[in-house]
Amino acid sequence: MQPKHKLEMKGISIEFPGVKALSQADFAVESGEIHALVGANGAGKSTLMKILGGAYGHYQGEIYFDGQKVDIRHPQDAKRLGIDVVYQEVDTALIPYLTVAENIMLDVMANEMQGKHFIRWGQLHRRAREVMKQVGIQLDTSTLVENLTLAQKQLVLIARALATNTNFLVLDEPTAPLSQTETEELFRLMRDLVANQNIGIVFISHRLPEIFEICETITILRDGRVVADTTIETLTQQRLIELMLGHRFDETYPKMPVPIGETIFQVEELWEEQGRVRDVSLTVRAGEIVGVTGLVGAGKTELCKTLFGAYPIRSGQVRLHGKPLKITSPHAAVNQGVTLVPEERRKEGILVDEPVYVNLTLPSLDTFTRGVDFVDTRAERETARQLIRELGIRTPSENQKVAFLSGGNQQKVAVGKWLITDAEIYIFDEPTKGVDVGAKHDIFELIGQLAKRGKGIIYASSEIPEILGISDRIYVMYDYTIVKEFDTADATEEDILFYSAGGK
Amino acid sequence: MTALTEQMASKKRLPAVVDFLSKWGTILTIFVLLIFFSATMPSFRTSSNMVTIMRSIAIVTVIATGITVSLTVDGFDLSVGSVATFAVALVMSFFVWYGWGTILAIVVALVVSLVVAAVNAFLIVKLRIFDLLATLATMFIFEGVAMTYTGGGSISEGMPRLDGTPTFGKIPAEFRLIGQSPYIIVIMLVIVALVHVFLTYTKHGRYLYIVGGNREAARLSGIPVNRYRTLAYFLSALLAATGGIILAARIGSAQINSGAGYLMPAVAAAFIGYSVAGIKKPNAVGTLVGAILVGLLENGLIMMSVPYYSLNIIKGLVLAIALAITYYRKHD
Repeated sequence: MQPKHKLEMKGISIEFPGVKALSQADFAVESGEIHALVGANGAGKSTLMKILGGAYGHYQGEIYFDGQKVDIRHPQDAKRLGIDVVYQEVDTALIPYLTVAENIMLDVMANEMQGKHFIRWGQLHRRAREVMKQVGIQLDTSTLVENLTLAQKQLVLIARALATNTNFLVLDEPTAPLSQTETEELFRLMRDLVANQNIGIVFISHRLPEIFEICETITILRDGRVVADTTIETLTQQRLIELMLGHRFDETYPKMPVPIGETIFQVEELWEEQGRVRDVSLTVRAGEIVGVTGLVGAGKTELCKTLFGAYPIRSGQVRLHGKPLKITSPHAAVNQGVTLVPEERRKEGILVDEPVYVNLTLPSLDTFTRGVDFVDTRAERETARQLIRELGIRTPSENQKVAFLSGGNQQKVAVGKWLITDAEIYIFDEPTKGVDVGAKHDIFELIGQLAKRGKGIIYASSEIPEILGISDRIYVMYDYTIVKEFDTADATEEDILFYSAGGK
Repeated sequence: MTALTEQMASKKRLPAVVDFLSKWGTILTIFVLLIFFSATMPSFRTSSNMVTIMRSIAIVTVIATGITVSLTVDGFDLSVGSVATFAVALVMSFFVWYGWGTILAIVVALVVSLVVAAVNAFLIVKLRIFDLLATLATMFIFEGVAMTYTGGGSISEGMPRLDGTPTFGKIPAEFRLIGQSPYIIVIMLVIVALVHVFLTYTKHGRYLYIVGGNREAARLSGIPVNRYRTLAYFLSALLAATGGIILAARIGSAQINSGAGYLMPAVAAAFIGYSVAGIKKPNAVGTLVGAILVGLLENGLIMMSVPYYSLNIIKGLVLAIALAITYYRKHD
């Protein structure tokens, strides 16, 4: 029996420009246990684990390894102590065009080859195979990583961690992209690692049933503070949710009373080509704001993009005013009255290198042309100035590059460009992400105005208080499908979180 | 918040001199060269030499505007040289082998050359091959197609076909006019103006730039992205074929691989064009300025008796400097 290791973080605080991400957080984990770390979005889970992994060096507080004070400021410091973090985005950590063996042995090759210059391929594959046997993956070591499934990629990353001396393994939401059987397989491996390899595991997950299934101890974070540190038996799912949420209903949502009309938008049994939307049916009425919520990875963004034609539809019906739509591309969707304000604003919603007016008139440029498609720039700028006034976009002029606007004002541009198109259905995907409180308020008001004009609105967000504040009706998603429908008046945050986390 | 970000942006700005040079360096260089060459060589500043320079850059400029259009969608058309070669072979064969009239021969040659564009668009948009590599492939393919079509030889008036069939077609005199000044210069300027107006003042030009700037954002704004990428390759092939027609008129025969030599100067002109007036985007007027710079250098250096085999050293250096001006600020 190897000696047990103990890892303790004490009084950890860290600030990012304008945000205090963690304050005085304590965290401890021992070898041989699976320790859950939970909290709502933005509670500071990933930040805490990034500090442990050496990704952030500018924190305050102390870390002890087996009672000895250690200094973790760089990823190498963490590696030396045998701490490995498998981050949520597995693809960023893998090199797709290298083989499984090379990916598993990457750390070894990077750190243990001082002074050596030639790779011994036979030895490399043999050592990779040994580690894979430990992890229980059966794969040819010369397979290219780009041909693996997500679950296999995750196992490769775990194998990479184990290829060097590992005492603690942090798994940041490993189950989010996995199927039921893949998850069970991962759990079997986790149990084996703690029981037989003397490893301690930190498990981050939004799926509460999983936490009750596999973890013994748990730390709960809320708004950067530790609110509970206990064993799992002392908690119920309800109590856990209460601890996660606390009482933070301090934001207000300006919901205007709008008369709700007839059903204008109907989706029936919608499937996305690769199963990223599964059997979704929903309706939207005129003037209605329909909330779509669920945890990160539940399929909200995928649903939004599929309805907009950005992801291919495999089967299902989409109807507007009873007329079936042919949504084959975003171009087709826009022409038929469906618009999307996408989640990744800077990548998808706006053109940062173009001036404000170009962004605002982009989807409706047709209405600003004369003769043989010549753009009437004067009319274009005039309309842009009007929109800037109406939406309260803070910019010196319509000629300012969007890159120089603040996040909230960029979002107003991303929303504003659809207002001139006079669409029927407006889909918003996480429109308040990275937006300050004032701009948030403006955006809510804007959405309210659209509803007042009789438009149908789909509002996707994982911020449950927001959804409760702004919507008339709520769909909860889990595992790429809708699992529950609420009238907002009858819904509570606890109910929504219960269904979001896979409760039945 | 806005004020703050602006402040940060201005902090990053380079000193005014560097800023000025990066915008106007190309045009300044042209003037410096003009003054230098004129001062050292009296024969350089004759108006006939100026016409010679303009005439010599016409073909490069027209082909370079083709590359420019492909660059607007963040693409890259390497096949323009082969398209030009192909168009030369076609138009000459129509005259010499078949005795067609000027208009018919030109129109048919242009239309047939668009086959290259169709293949490019298919490889790039449908099969999703990286632009540079797809057009590298079609560059080889259509170089070969042109040569196979001519039977591996050249076509000129009175020359029998390779299988020995005698030819009787004549190259019309009005066709040859296209390759002479002032027509060749006027045609070049008209094409640059048309492409400039198209890219700057029409909806389609705006969309091409937007697609090149951020393809995903363009797609999610409802722009039919693939349609515009396809359009860019058709326009670049059309312009390259036009360059080929002018080339045919200028040399009056179809030589093996006659368009290939225009590819690299055209690429240089298009990239030098990015930096002109600080536009930092592919643009037709900048491309013309780039072509003038390259042509001026070539002409002046030849007159200064710099051996032709050393010219490329200087042309390459000029390109390197122009690119440094364009990209230097992007690293901060």
